[in-house]
Amino acid sequence: MSERPYITCRELIDFIADWREGTLAPTERFEFERHLAVCPSCVAYLDSYETTVAALALLREREAPPAEVPPALLDAIRKARRG
Amino acid sequence: MPTTPLNPSPAVRCDDARLLERLRGGDDDAFDLLVRVHARALLATARRMLGVESDSQDAVQEAFLSAYRGLSAFDGRASVATWLHRIVVNTCLMRLRAARRKPEHSPLSLLPEYLEDGHQRTDTRPWRALPTQTLERVELCRLVRATIDELPMVHREVILLRDIEGLGTDEAAAMLGISAGALKVRLHRARQALRTLLEPHFVEVLS
Repeated sequence: MSERPYITCRELIDFIADWREGTLAPTERFEFERHLAVCPSCVAYLDSYETTVAALALLREREAPPAEVPPALLDAIRKARRG
Repeated sequence: MPTTPLNPSPAVRCDDARLLERLRGGDDDAFDLLVRVHARALLATARRMLGVESDSQDAVQEAFLSAYRGLSAFDGRASVATWLHRIVVNTCLMRLRAARRKPEHSPLSLLPEYLEDGHQRTDTRPWRALPTQTLERVELCRLVRATIDELPMVHREVILLRDIEGLGTDEAAAMLGISAGALKVRLHRARQALRTLLEPHFVEVLS
């Protein structure tokens, strides 16, 4: 009896978003993880994808609201509204 | 009319329903309060999306005017903060689309390449972890921000809406005029594209 073929790297990479959201069907999830267990390149790809998402989160956190809004901007908004 | 504006403090709070009622009644002080309470957050959003300070300030001004003119259309189901956030995000989106762009990467060129059998054409090399030191993190944020600007617009806008501004799938899809399913696919492609552009900065040097 021959072993079931692994999913391809293309399929795995297409599945990443659903895998992260936990929306893969159980069979697909099993095949996703079975491929990862034998493919260092896909492990590296998934890791780099996670790093990219984490870097975006870092950027989002760092750009917090400014302590102050330039007074000239506040004045400009008021003036613009008055037309 | 006071010319010295007060910057809002976290202590500033206002009741949305009452504020809206006053705004709709043409109360000048209510508009002033709206601006003082929400301008910081809107400016932060505009800076995240546009990067350029003068454009960001113009977008905030435009957003407040749009909000004021659209008061009658606001049904009050969302908070005023959420409503204003959507308006400034949309304003920034329009500005991004209207801005003259340098030639873009083709979206397909930033996706992984595969062999005929579906395996990666070139093995992905391991990446180093994100830095933990503050200065390095500041530098990283600068790099990521600049790299987002290199993305094709179709990728850039979905990253900005979902990953930077934190809009939900349905909300971002509605803003871009696409289905939720299409948005998810587009976001995945956009993250892959950003990953491709960041790769040279992250691959570990093999000894």
